[in-house]
Amino acid sequence: MSVIYMTISISLLLALGFLVAFIWSVRTGQFEDDYSPSVRMLYDNKDEPQSTDTVMEQEDNDK
Amino acid sequence: MAIEKFKYDNQLTKCFAYATLVWGLTAMLIGLTAAFEILWPQVDLGLEWLTFGRLRPLHTNAAIFAFVGNGIFTAIYYSTPRLLKTPMWSPKLGKINFWGWQLVIVLAAITLPLGITTSKEYAELEWPIDILITIVWVVFGLNLIMTMVHRRTKHIYVAIWFYIATFVTVAVLHLGNSMELPVSFFKSYSLYAGASDALVQWWYGHNAVAFFLTTPMLGLMYYFVPKVSNRPIYSYKLSIIHFWSLIFLYIWAGPHHLLYQALPDWAQALGVTFSVALIAPSWGGMINGLLTLRGAWDKVKEDPILKLFVVGVTAYGMSTFEGPMLSLKTVNAISHFTDWTIAHVHVGTLGWNGMLIFGMLYWLVPRIFNTKLYSVSLANIHFWLATLGLLFFVIPLYFAGFTQALMWKEFTADGYLQYPNFLDTYLNIRPMHMWRALGGTLYLTGAIIAVINIVKTVKSGTFVRFEEDEAEVEVAHNAEDKGWLGHRTLEGKPLAFTFWVLIVIIIGGLVEFIPQFIQVSNKIETEEGYAIQKPYTPLELAGRDIYISEGCYNCHSQMIRPFRSEVERYGDYSKPGEYIYDHPFQWGSRRTGPDLFREGEKGGKQNRPNAWHYEHLMNPRKTNVQSIMPAYPWMATKDIDMDIIPAKIRAMQTLGVPYPDGYDKIAVEKLKAQAKVIGDDLRASGIKVDDNKQIIALIAYLQRLGSDRSGTNDVDKYISLK
Ligand code: HEC
Repeated sequence: MSVIYMTISISLLLALGFLVAFIWSVRTGQFEDDYSPSVRMLYDNKDEPQSTDTVMEQEDNDK
Repeated sequence: MAIEKFKYDNQLTKCFAYATLVWGLTAMLIGLTAAFEILWPQVDLGLEWLTFGRLRPLHTNAAIFAFVGNGIFTAIYYSTPRLLKTPMWSPKLGKINFWGWQLVIVLAAITLPLGITTSKEYAELEWPIDILITIVWVVFGLNLIMTMVHRRTKHIYVAIWFYIATFVTVAVLHLGNSMELPVSFFKSYSLYAGASDALVQWWYGHNAVAFFLTTPMLGLMYYFVPKVSNRPIYSYKLSIIHFWSLIFLYIWAGPHHLLYQALPDWAQALGVTFSVALIAPSWGGMINGLLTLRGAWDKVKEDPILKLFVVGVTAYGMSTFEGPMLSLKTVNAISHFTDWTIAHVHVGTLGWNGMLIFGMLYWLVPRIFNTKLYSVSLANIHFWLATLGLLFFVIPLYFAGFTQALMWKEFTADGYLQYPNFLDTYLNIRPMHMWRALGGTLYLTGAIIAVINIVKTVKSGTFVRFEEDEAEVEVAHNAEDKGWLGHRTLEGKPLAFTFWVLIVIIIGGLVEFIPQFIQVSNKIETEEGYAIQKPYTPLELAGRDIYISEGCYNCHSQMIRPFRSEVERYGDYSKPGEYIYDHPFQWGSRRTGPDLFREGEKGGKQNRPNAWHYEHLMNPRKTNVQSIMPAYPWMATKDIDMDIIPAKIRAMQTLGVPYPDGYDKIAVEKLKAQAKVIGDDLRASGIKVDDNKQIIALIAYLQRLGSDRSGTNDVDKYISLK
C-alpha cells in the first residue's frame, strides 16, 4: 500500500509545478489586469463584434 | 511596438471537427448497443468481439478519447492561435498530432474487441499503444507550449491556462498509471499489484475525468461562450481564482473511488475532504459560465447554440455537486457499484461535454466555411432531443441505482437477506434500463441530426483555409532569449533553476523508491490470526488472463466491503493481503453481476461445482433463464496459450511474485496436471471437454478466488518445484 507515497509525491510534484507556474504568472504581470483580457478576446480581425461600441454599450448597461 | 500581419491555418480545426463527429456517433452507437446487451444479451449475436465485457471498454474509450478528445483538440487548435495572436507553432507537429491520435483510436477499435486489454478502466490499451499515446501527447504539448512561447500578446487568456494544465497533468497521469511489464507484444502486467494498483488506477481514473473531461472543456467554455454570446466573461478574476484552486484540489480526490475498500482510512479521509472542497472551484466555473449570459437571455431563447451551452454548463454544475456528495462515505456506501455512478458520468459526458462540443461545432463550422448554419430549426430539434435524451437516460438510472442498493442491503425480520438471489435485484430495475436505452436512442438521434446539419452546412460553403489577422507585438523575442525554458536565461533565474533541479531530484528519487513502494505483505488477517496468500498456479494465471481479456470486470466486482449485507451475501470481507499477486487488480466498479471475490471458497456462500461453472459459462440462460450474462461457448473450443506460460511466470517473478527459481521450466507441466484434475471432474459429470481448453483455466481461476484465507484449496502442489 505504500504506493500511496508514490502517488502523493507525484501529486506534490505536480502541485509544486503549478505553484511555480502561479508565481511566474503573477511575477510576469499576467494578473495585473483582470478585466480587459476578457474583452480583448472578443475581437478577431474577421469575427464580430462588428463595432467596438456594442460591447462597450452592453458593459455600461450592466453596470 | 510593431504591428505584424499573420495567418491562421484552419486545416487542423476542420480535420479534428470531422473526426469529432465521426467518432462521436461511433461512441454513442457502441454505448447504445451495450445498453441493449444488458437488456438482451443475445444482441451480441454470439460473437465474442461484441460481448458486453469487450464492448464497454470500447465505448468508454471512444467517448472519452475519440469523441471528447477530438472535440477538445478542435477547440484548442482553433482558439489557441487566436488568443495568442500567432499561428500554431508547427503545422507539422499538428499534423502528427491529428494522424497519431486517429491511429491510436483505430488501434483501440481493433484491439479492444479482440480482448487485448490491460483491464484498467479508461487505460485499457496495451503497452505499445500506450507508448504511441505518449508520443502523440508530447507532440501536442510541445506545439502548444511553443505557440505560447511565440505569442504576440503579453497576456495569456485563461482558456490557455486550462489547456496547459491539461497537457501537463494528463502526461503525468498516463505515465504513472501505464507502468507495465511487457510479456509479449499484446500482453503486459501492471507493475503494481492489488490495492496499490487500484490506488494508482483511480488516482489516474479520477484525474482523467478532471483533466481530460473537465479542464480542457472549461477552456473551451471560456473561449466559446463569450464568443458565441458576444459578451465578455462575467468575471475574469473569478476565472483565474477558480482555475488555480481547481487544479490544486483535483489531484487529491482519487481515493473517493475506493471508499470502504482495502485502503488506509486516512487516505480515504484525504480523498473525501478534497472532493468536498472541490465543489467551490467547480461551481466558480459554472457560475462564471452561466452569468456570462446575464442580460442576454433573450438571445439564449433564440439561439440553439447558447441553449446547448446553458444546459451543458448546468450539467457541469449538477455533476460537480453530485460528485462531492457521492464522495461522502454514507452516500457512497449506497451509490458505489450501482447505476448511480453510470448516471453521474453521463450527466458529465452527455450533458457537459456533449452539449458544449456540439454547440462549439455549430458555431465554428459555418465560420471556417464562410457560410451560415444550414438549419437553425434542425439544431433546435437536436437540442431538445439531446436534453430529453439526457433526462430519460439519467433519471431512471438514479432510481435504479438507489433501488438496487437498497435491495442488496435489505434484511428480513429474521436476519436473512431479503433478496438472496442476486438476479432478482437486477430484474427489478430492468424497466429502468429500458428507459435508459430510450434516452440513449433519443440522444443519438439528436446527434445524427446534428451531423446531417453540419454536413449540409459544409456543402453550402467553401472552406477558408487561411484567415488573416494582425496584432501588435507585446512580447519581445529574439533568437538569444529563449524565454523561461531556455538555457541562457536559466542561469540567471534562480527560481526556474531550482524548479528544474527539484524535478530531476524527485524523478531520481522515485525511480529508486518505486521498488519499495510496491512491496507488500502477503498476510491475510483472519479470526484465528492470519493466513498466507499464495501465488496463482499457471493454470489459474492463464484463467485470470482470460477473465481480464473477456472484460468480466465490467460486470463483476472482486471487492467485498465490510458491510453486514455484503458479508452475508458473498462471504468474509476483502483484506489487502489477498490481492498482492493481482497484477493488475480486478476490483471492478459496477456490479451488474454478483461479486466474485469469494467464488472459490469451498463451503463458502457462493461456491459452485466445476460442472455448474461449465454450464453457466457455456450458456448462463441454462442455469438461470433470466440471466443477462453473455454466453462464452468459444471457451470450450479455444486452446489455452501454453507457449507464453513460462514468459508469464518469469514476468511475475520480476514483479516479485515468489515462484521458486527455475519454476518457469516446469510451469506448463504443472498446468497440465491441474487441468487434468478439473477435466476429469467435468467428464465424470458427463461433460465432454479437453483439458487444454480455455474454459478449464477460467474455472480453475474462479475456484481459487478468495480461498487462501480459509486454506480450502490444494494449490501448494502446483506452485512448488516438486
Ligand atoms: C453483462 C454482464 C456480465 C458479464 C460481462 C459477465 N457476467 Fe457473470 N454474471 C452476470 C450476472 C447478471 C450474473 C448473475 C446471474 C447468473 O448467475 O447468470 C452473473 C453470474 C456469474 C457467476 C455466478 C456467481 C454466483 O456464484 O452466483 C459467475 C461465476 C460469473 N458470472 C462469472 C463470469 C465470468 C468468468 C465472466 C467473464 C468471462 C462473466 N461472468 C462476465 C453478469 C455478467
